[in-house]
Amino acid sequence: MNDELLHITGLTGVELNLVVAGPGSRSYAFIIDWHIRVLLSLAWMLSVWLLLRVLKIPAITSLIGWPALAIYLLYHPVLEILMQGRTPGKRTAGVRLVTRRGGQPSVSAILIRNVFRLLDSAPAFYMIGLTCCMFTTDRVRVGDLAAGTVLVLENTKAARVLELMPRLATHTGLDPRLLELIQDLLDRWPSLSSERRQALARSLLARALPAQGGDALAALGELELQQRLRTLLAGAA
Amino acid sequence: MSEARTRLANAWLRSRQRSWAQWLRDRQRPRNLPVAEAQHYVERYRALAADLATARRILPGSTTTAALEALYAESHASIDRSRRQTLAALALLFRRRIPAVMGALAPTILWIGLLFVLTTAAGYWLVSEYPELVRLVASGTMIEKVESGQLWTDDIFNITPSSVMSVRILSNNIAVSLFAFCSGIFFGLGAFYITTLNGLMLGALLAFTHQHGLDGELLKFVVAHGPVEISVICIAAAAGTALGESLIRPSAATRRESFQRTAGELGPALLACALLLIVCGFIEGFVSPNPHVPFMPRVVIGFGYWIAMVLLLRGGLHAPPPAKL
Repeated sequence: MNDELLHITGLTGVELNLVVAGPGSRSYAFIIDWHIRVLLSLAWMLSVWLLLRVLKIPAITSLIGWPALAIYLLYHPVLEILMQGRTPGKRTAGVRLVTRRGGQPSVSAILIRNVFRLLDSAPAFYMIGLTCCMFTTDRVRVGDLAAGTVLVLENTKAARVLELMPRLATHTGLDPRLLELIQDLLDRWPSLSSERRQALARSLLARALPAQGGDALAALGELELQQRLRTLLAGAA
Repeated sequence: MSEARTRLANAWLRSRQRSWAQWLRDRQRPRNLPVAEAQHYVERYRALAADLATARRILPGSTTTAALEALYAESHASIDRSRRQTLAALALLFRRRIPAVMGALAPTILWIGLLFVLTTAAGYWLVSEYPELVRLVASGTMIEKVESGQLWTDDIFNITPSSVMSVRILSNNIAVSLFAFCSGIFFGLGAFYITTLNGLMLGALLAFTHQHGLDGELLKFVVAHGPVEISVICIAAAAGTALGESLIRPSAATRRESFQRTAGELGPALLACALLLIVCGFIEGFVSPNPHVPFMPRVVIGFGYWIAMVLLLRGGLHAPPPAKL
């Protein structure tokens, strides 16, 4: 994997590398956000139109159209400010906005970033923004250059890992890295081919339970292997 | 991993269980924390940094270390951020920052203003000498209306509701001004192009309406909103030029830093421009096309609003000395 990294130094001096989001993650987040804002705008228009119909009031263009336009145009700046550099689309795509020092962007930085959408989206389909994103270090569009922001990937599994690992280490007494591998294999179980997951399960069980002979493990079926791994993780609990 | 190291790693993970669980519970961005709690939060951030350093030593390259890095990065973002925007900060923006930016931009605004006047004159001369050139800036419908003795703005008031027209106009004007600013990234040429284009269009239309005896009507239409609208476009273009200059002659170590710094400094001027254009939009929607509003009240509105704009941008009577961009 050839990820670009944003190197930051924490306030305690501990250094970190954040993985910069590329044009793919960026576009994915944008497309989700675009659908949400279009749907929100349409929902507003439809609900106000229906309400006016029920109340037998003639349709007022400014009441139907302009708030919908405002929802569409202000979606990004408002949500990025309220959600600290995220939007529903960014959250789904697992990306978030940070400053070049890894901090949270200020309100003015977010507003400047969004003002430059006007240029980034020109002449159509974010052509300038995407082109800029492909050729700049840190994969930024013009708005990010002006605001000093970078879109980075988030580790969405962090909370689960930190919740799980101390518990597993306490209950099983196994090597933590072996536990991580077993958990990872169980998570990826459905996406692996049958032969592959059986081979991996046998290899991990052999490392976790060296007393068990290779023949005994070879005799186990797929479901039994999965069950053994689960028992191993929960087992001592 | 040797058995001793496994035991060490497990003992360490066990010892951090409660601490990490508490972090995960409290990881939502702290806002408006009392000082004692904020200090406690920072202490825990330092403890997290220590955990990360330990994890890198005893569990290098593991998922646990990666998760701690993610949590540390998240906590770092919630600590390393700018002050919260308050009403006092907003007041300071209008009292100090906007006047400072405008002071620094003043020479550029004057040059852009001069460019606008010159291109207006050029547009006027060109259409006076070569009337067919008006087709470059006016649509066929506009030309037909003027040739039949009517301004293209005459029917607007009857066709489109003022509220709708106002919002349409103000959103268009804001978009033009913001684009004049943003296009400064092309080394200021974008701002130059937009100023020139607007000047040529105004001059050409003035000449064309003059040829058909409607220049007085056009002046009557623009006088209420024009002074501020044109001034704001010049200000936005001047800001765009400053943005271009930050790339041509960087004021920081790199062009990227210089561009970022200048964009951040010019931001408040854009906010002021947008606010001014909102009022302009309402004047253009409600007053300018209304045939019942006589000429003199239009002049009073137009120049009164222009003076208000100057006062707003200069921070009233006590303008601070201009800051260097």
